[in-house]
Formats: sequence, C-alpha cells, structure tokens
Amino acid sequence: MNYFPDEVLEHVFDFVASHRDRNAVSLVCRLWHRVERLSRQRVFVGNCYALSPEILIARFPGLKSLTLKGKPHFADFNLVPHDWGGYVQPWIEALSNSRIGLEELRLKRMVVSDESLELLSRSLANFKSLVLVSCEGFTTVGLAAIAANCRFLRELDLQENEIDDHSGHWLSCFPDSCTSLISLNFACLKGEINLAALERLVARSPNLRSLRLNRAVPLETLQNILMRAPQLVDLGTGSYIHDPDSETYNKLKHTILKCKSIRNLSGFLEVAPRCLPAIYPICLNLTSLNLSYAAGIHGSELVKLIRRCAKLQRLWILDCIGDKGLEVVASTCKELQELRVFPSDVLGVGHAAVTENGLVAISAGCPKLHSLLYFCQQMTNAALIVVAKNCPNFIRFRLCILEPTKPDPVTMQPLDDGFGAIVQSCKHLRRLSLSGLLTDRVFLYIGMYAEQLEMLSVAFAGDSDKGMLYVLNGCKKLRKLEIRDCPYGDKALLTDVGKYETMRSLWMSSCEVTLGGCKTLAKEMPRLNVEIINEHDQMEIGSEEQRVEKMYLYRTLVGPRKDAPEFVWTL
Amino acid sequence: MSPLLGVGEEDQSNVTLVASSTSIDSLCCNSSDLKERNYMGLADCSSVDSSVVSSVSDEAKRSSLNLKATELRLGLPGSQSPERDPELCLLSSTQLDEKQLFPLHPLNDGHCSSTQKSVPSGSKRGFSDAMDGFSEGKYLAKSEVKAMLSSRSSSNLGLKSGSVLEKLGTQPANAKEPQKIIQERSRAADEPRPNNNGFANGNSSAPATKAQVVGWPPIRSFRKNSLASTSKNNEELDVKSVPGAMFIKVSMDGAPYLRKVDLKNYSAYKELSSALEKMFSCFTIGQYGSHGALGREVLSESKLKDLLHGSEYVLTYEDKDGDWMLMGDVPWEMFIDTCKRLRIMKGSDAIGLAPRAVEKCRNRN
Repeated sequence: MNYFPDEVLEHVFDFVASHRDRNAVSLVCRLWHRVERLSRQRVFVGNCYALSPEILIARFPGLKSLTLKGKPHFADFNLVPHDWGGYVQPWIEALSNSRIGLEELRLKRMVVSDESLELLSRSLANFKSLVLVSCEGFTTVGLAAIAANCRFLRELDLQENEIDDHSGHWLSCFPDSCTSLISLNFACLKGEINLAALERLVARSPNLRSLRLNRAVPLETLQNILMRAPQLVDLGTGSYIHDPDSETYNKLKHTILKCKSIRNLSGFLEVAPRCLPAIYPICLNLTSLNLSYAAGIHGSELVKLIRRCAKLQRLWILDCIGDKGLEVVASTCKELQELRVFPSDVLGVGHAAVTENGLVAISAGCPKLHSLLYFCQQMTNAALIVVAKNCPNFIRFRLCILEPTKPDPVTMQPLDDGFGAIVQSCKHLRRLSLSGLLTDRVFLYIGMYAEQLEMLSVAFAGDSDKGMLYVLNGCKKLRKLEIRDCPYGDKALLTDVGKYETMRSLWMSSCEVTLGGCKTLAKEMPRLNVEIINEHDQMEIGSEEQRVEKMYLYRTLVGPRKDAPEFVWTL
Repeated sequence: MSPLLGVGEEDQSNVTLVASSTSIDSLCCNSSDLKERNYMGLADCSSVDSSVVSSVSDEAKRSSLNLKATELRLGLPGSQSPERDPELCLLSSTQLDEKQLFPLHPLNDGHCSSTQKSVPSGSKRGFSDAMDGFSEGKYLAKSEVKAMLSSRSSSNLGLKSGSVLEKLGTQPANAKEPQKIIQERSRAADEPRPNNNGFANGNSSAPATKAQVVGWPPIRSFRKNSLASTSKNNEELDVKSVPGAMFIKVSMDGAPYLRKVDLKNYSAYKELSSALEKMFSCFTIGQYGSHGALGREVLSESKLKDLLHGSEYVLTYEDKDGDWMLMGDVPWEMFIDTCKRLRIMKGSDAIGLAPRAVEKCRNRN
C-alpha cells in the first residue's frame, strides 16, 4: 500500500462513487484519508448543523458538488416553527470567500434568501447546477440573479419550494449567450411567466433534456416549445387545457409524435381530460409518470391513460384512482419499481379511495416494486402479510392510514403483525413509516428483523418505553428516528445514550420526555446538540419535570449552533 | 462510533443479555414504585374534563399494580428454541432469533439507575390512560385482542404468555379516541392552527369528529396547498373547460349539411332547443319550440308520446363514451361536460329510445 504513488490511489478511488464508500475509504489510514479528501468532488451533508462550512472547505479543497439538508423531516408537515433555522447563507459566504470552485449546489429544506442566491451567482464563476427542494425564503428576484449571472448554468431545478413570485421577468434575465441549459424546472412557481422569453430560451438551448413548466404556461406555448425541443426526455406540462377541436390541439398531436425521447411525464396542473389523447402516442415509452398534481384527471380517463404505459417504472398518482384503478396498474405496469399514492382529499378526513385491496393487487402484479408511499383509508394485517410475501424487495415502505390509530377493520386488532411481516420479509428495508393502531409488539419485530433499517417514522403508536428501546437496540444501522405522539419518556430516551452518536438525528414531539431527561442527555453527550423547541413560551427554565413538546437532537462536530432563535433552547 | 456488541459472538452476547435483562428488570421494578405520571395533568388544559382526570388516576393504580406482571421479558437464547421460521407466520411459528436480541449496553445500566430517581418514569402508558371513555365497540376490540393472543402460543416469542395478554387487558384498549387526545395535545401545544381551534371546546363527541391534527396526514404543505387550490380551479373549469367557445356539431336527419353551436351560450336545455329550432327551422322541426319539455321539467308521458308519434324530432347527443343519449336526463352542467355532438333524430328512429324514456317518465311521476 505504501508503495503506490498517490495518483494511483486517486485513480482507484475515482471508481468509488458512493458517499458511504468514500467515507469508508477515508477511514482506512492517514494516507488514504489524505488522498481521498483531496480528490473528493462530491460531498453530501445530511444535516447542515453537524459541521461548519469551514471544516468542509478545509477538508475538501476540490469540492465541486455539495448537497445540504437543513430542517428536520417533520418540518414538511408544519411541525417545525418558521424561523427554526437551516440557513444556507453562511455556507455560501464561506464558499465564496474560499478558493473552492463549486459547480453544483443541492439543498433540501433550507432557508435560501435572495441575497444568498445573488451572492452565489456573483462569486462562483463556474456554477452550473442549482437544485432546491422544499426550500423557502427566496423570490423570483433571486432567480433572476441566477439566470443573469451564472454564465454556464446547466440546471435550475425547483421542486416544491415556497417561492414569492413577483413577476415573470426572471426568465428574460437569461442572456442571449446562455445556451447551455440542460434542465429547467419551475413547476412550483405560482405566478405568470414571460412566454415569449421562455420560447426563445428553449429555442437557444439545444441540450435541453428536462423541462417542467408551471401553471401559467398554456397549451399553445407547450406546442411551440415541443416543436423546438423534440429531444426532451423529461416533460412537465403546465396548463393542459384546450378545445380538442382546435387547430392548436391538432398541431400538438402531430408535434408530440416527434417527441420520441420523452421518458418522464408530469404536470397537468390544470387539465382538460378530453385533450389527453394527444399524449397517448408517447405513453408506451414512459418510464416515469407523475400525476400527483393532476387532480383533474380521474376515473376512466386516468385508467385509459395508464393502460397505455406498460413500461412504467415509477408512478405517482392520487388516490382517486381507486382500488380498481390500481388493479389496472398492476396488470399493466409489470416493471413498476416505485409507487406513490397521494390523498386527493387533502384534509385527510377519510374519503380516501384506496384500501388494502389496491395494495394487494399491486404487490401481486408488480414484483419489482421496491419503493412505496401509500395513503389509504384502511389496512389489514392479512393484506400486509400478502404484500410482504409478494414483494420481498422493499427498500422503502411508507404506509399512511389516514385515520390515526386505526386498527385492522376486519379483526379490530393492531397492525403489529402486518408490519412485522413486512420487516421480516424485506431484508433490505431501509426506510419505514408506520401508521394505524400499533402496540409495542411492532417495535419488537422491527428491532428483531429490520437489520438494514436506516430511517423510521412513527406516529401515534406504542404502549411504553419498550417500543422505542426495541428499536434503538435492534436496528444497528438506524440513522434517523422521528417520533410523534407516542408514549416514550425519559427512560426510553436515556437507556442508550451512546446510540445517538451513531445516528444522524432523533426527533420526538408530543411524547413523554421531560426537560430533566433532556438535560441529562445533553450533559452526558457533549457531542450532541439537544434542542428543545419552546413555542409559545410554554416552558419555564427551572422545572425539570415538565414535558417537552418538541425535541430534536443530532450529532455535531461544532457544538450548539449560533443561529438558533429564541424559542429553541440548546441544552 | 461506540462499539456495538459483537453480533457473532454468542458467548459474549449471552452473558451480556443476562446481565442486561436483569438490569432491565430492576429498572422496571423501580419504575413500578414510582408514581404514575398524570399525562393529562401536564397538559395544563382548562377544558380537560374532570372525568378524564379521575379515570386517569384509577387507571394508573390498576396499571402500576400490574406492571410487574406485564413485564415483557426476553427469552434467553436457547431457552425457547429460537429459530427463524422461513415462512411468514409471525406469531404462530416465528421464534426469536438467537443472535441479536437487544444486547443492551452495560455501560448505561449504572447511568440509568442513577437517574431513575430524579426522572419520573414515562414508561407507563399515560397516553391511553387519558381516555375519556370507551365506546362499546372498543371494549369488544379489547377482548378480541385478548382472544387472539391467547390462541397463539406466545411463548414461542420467548415472552411470558401471560404478560402480553394482561398488558393489553389492563390498559384501555388501544383503540382509543385519538381525536380527543389529539385535541388535548394540540391545545396543550397551543399551535395557532385555525383548524384545531374549531375543536377546542372540549368536544368529546364520538369518533365521527375528525379533528384536524397538526401535521397529519403527513403531506408536504406545498402539496396540500397546491391541491386545495387546484380543486377550486377545477370546479370552475368543469363548466368552462376551454378558453373561449365550446362548439359542437349538430346534425339533423335529412338535412344536407351540419351546423355548429356554442354550448357556452346557453344555460339550460330550453334555450338550446329553441336555438336549434331557429337554426334548423328551414327543415321544419315542428312543435319543438313550444313544449319546452327538454328542460329540468319532467317529460310527461303524453307529451313524449306526442313527440314520437308522427314526424316529431328527438334531440339526442353523443357522450364521451360514444353512446347516443336522449337529451334532458342529466343536469345541464353535466350535459355540457359530456356532450360531444348533437343529433336531431327523427321520431320514428327514436322508437328504440322511447320505451325507456317513457318508463322514466312513469317512474318520475
């Protein structure tokens, strides 16, 4: 080993791509650590508060691509107050002051300001790719800065962000010299768009492969765009409404025939179902279809569409497809690997159209299924057992029964056995979300069988601390545990404090942990940040016995964060 | 990374298991001596019914007495023939896996027992203890659960067979009223959510009241907001689903050419039929204009018969599925949505339609 010159090692490490493998490589010896870090280009930081930008920059001078995640997952569901943190500004400042030539930045659940975007666009000359998922804090002004200043921009991908939309100008800010765009996704923007600027931009982007439009882009523009960009691989339509007898629609039908490369289709934020036949010709080629925002397609139109998509590997739909529709999916989409069924009744008040039968049908028809997100009205143990038998390859299994703590409606029992079957059968399960009526027993099963489990989400479940203990003890690879409304208290929290340093984070809200318990934990484990969210000033500093409403703890190299708001106490 | 106990080393893990299980026992014994936590008392809700509080303390007494008996003990390796059954029958044949089973870290034991005194144990299930009352159905559920468990040999799990049963038996059934609890909790948390406030009046009526729990169902707020506004839009769109006009072809039997009408210009069947009459007047529709029966009004049997006997015409349309339908059955909005083209059929041709239509009239009248 000592006799290999560094270049050889580096060359070998080039073939080691995944973050985990590279992390492992860097632990072998000092030499490898050095070679690895100097050659590392892509870094993934799962929790932006686990380290500081300075540490990152010092260790990886060759950094080209950085992925950062900010707020805890439950922030997606409004459980984390608005100003909790997760600001990207310090990272961008540090990067701009360094010599790092960052080219790609991917952020999830972070607060991004227009200033940050502006700074980014001005200071990073080689910047090529910006991906923002579930972020907030910026407006189209920030986007305009990116468009105007990033001369080599290849990718601008905005997924489900809350963006203040001031105008459609930002699209016009792409200079005429910008011809490098490969991917543009602005589907989440709510405002108007300069359609002419969009068409011109598409016309001068010969490498454009992925384009997702927002609601403000009408069918006429879509037609024009597709004429200019028949090479698209990924298309998200905007407003898909027209008179099917019109000339525009006829033109669209012909234009689409030329778009033979489209493999991903999404959008249909507004849709006239009678115009759907235009896309039938491309359905056979689709590997990914996202109709989860297409509330206007349902019933027979939806089924007609899906029947043509025999090669689908990924399908995201609304539950208005119904069990019958899922049976059609099962018989048509034999290659299906990932399925997400979202509730169309967003209030979640129990009018869901899918039940356990749909899931069983899918499991029977789609043996390659490995990722599932399923919102349903009800579930039975029997169904879960069948599903577990049919699909032993689950990597992600997220089941959400809309009514909390609902038992198996046939037997009125908890769903322990059903989920137990899933974890027992699916030996590669990495992510699991539970729902329905559950006792400690399901956690016993999880602890026993879910050996590869990395992320577990629990709500309204369990009877005692034992549940949490089973999981903490049994799941050796656990990285993220998030719990809400469960009766776990200090004993569960404190029995194995060392475990938390092996994990990225733990979230507990509406449980039984007390201030005293959290303080004890914080004292024992100085390398954890134990944060209490004290909204509405409920808690008083002295009284150890009061229950903590929200606690979030994570391992960190840099101690308590300095940007915590007043209502967040780091113990 | 803290060294985890070697999974493969059985001797070691055996020893540790024994050690740690006894320490768990001692922990649990300690906890049963501790006062039952009044979960609801912490919530500081003025609207908590006093009945809730009293039931809590009763439950607490009962539960703490049984705590020892409900102790879930781990079977020591070798004692219960633990082998993983290849089949997926969890309770009947599944057995404990020998190798792993919660090798608890010995180093934490001391720590825990020292903190035990200062930290009141949360191991009791205060959550469900705070139930307000049980409906009949839920009691049933509880006993069914009991029955289910007793029928299997839970010793296979290496668990004390009595323990699981009693555990479930003493506690109020898991099928609790989550809504009430949730309301309590969310009031406790005092989230400023308008949805929850609506239920903040101690509304302890039945399971039918679906409280809006904060953050449930777990859907990204972006998606929630987006779908909410889309559904609003779609309602508007259903009626006018194209920008501008909604022209459809109208054919009349015997006429040399077809016409087009813009359905958007009309808001009822009556208007449409009179417009059609005007349009096709040169081809003599006959008495269409006068009867106005093609509206929400019921086609009376006699009128329909008049229509169909002789040279009267019948208004029909082709719908989305390609079927020819008699105009006038469905509400106007629905008609607009499904109509693809119109055909003015000769009465004699419409005989096939008539019997059904006549029957409909009879039923309606």
